[in-house]
Amino acid sequence: MNFIHWSEQLNVYLVIGALLFAIGFFGFFRHRTLVGMLISGELILAGAALNFMAFGHFQGANSVTGQTFALFIMGIAAAEAAIVLSIMIAVYRHYRSIETRDLKDLEG
Amino acid sequence: MNLMPITIYSLATAAVFTSFVVVTLGGAVMAVVARRLVRSVCGLALSFLGLAGLYYFLHSPFLALMQMLIYVGAICITIMFAMMLTDPQDQPIRRGRRLLLEAASLLVAGLLAAGLITLLDRSTWMTTSAPSHGDTLPELGRVLLFRYGFAFELISVVLLLAILGALVVARSGRRSPS
Repeated sequence: MNFIHWSEQLNVYLVIGALLFAIGFFGFFRHRTLVGMLISGELILAGAALNFMAFGHFQGANSVTGQTFALFIMGIAAAEAAIVLSIMIAVYRHYRSIETRDLKDLEG
Repeated sequence: MNLMPITIYSLATAAVFTSFVVVTLGGAVMAVVARRLVRSVCGLALSFLGLAGLYYFLHSPFLALMQMLIYVGAICITIMFAMMLTDPQDQPIRRGRRLLLEAASLLVAGLLAAGLITLLDRSTWMTTSAPSHGDTLPELGRVLLFRYGFAFELISVVLLLAILGALVVARSGRRSPS
């Protein structure tokens, strides 16, 4: 594997996507607030989108399928972020905190 | 090494690509390990910026632009706003338990990454076509309107419902100022 041609190899992008996924996974357990977990979730989605883009570019039957899926992932991620943020505001209003260890009561 | 112009060009390309990779992964690590959440969001923005560069290398400048516009421009700013509204405090919890938790999650994430990378290394992908280098934007627009038109419309419905749901959830329980 030559250093010069790294940008034209499928496996390089897949490894970056896998690393992004793993870093996001680590952050999902490490962060103790809902904001941190949302940030880690966005990293996981970014890793998945990079995988779609790489496969679409290097292996795809036509050149735009991967891009279309990455666009759909962006749309879903935006919807998810909006809902998570509103839930965060509602939770903060109720508990005065968004740390995950404070959210222990099931009864509202 | 004979420094022909073509060699200089490919060296510069490789350097730019490597810097994008470093920015992506470094920003992701910064988003995960930072103690203050503001720095986490900055790391996230940095990581998305690098990812936009990687999309550019995959010959889709439109996706790179969308990445900057949606993720760096919209989502990071929205997260920042939510942080200002909710004021998350970063209080340290008990030291020993936290170290144990971090070691365990690092172990799991490392195993996950190692497993995925070995899997990638061992598998062979079948090639269907050579990578395209042309302008793919007109084709992307056509595909979004015809083949994936239904999914495209569904995404817009999902976004509308998400906005309405976010408004309802964030509004409930709000007391009137009187």
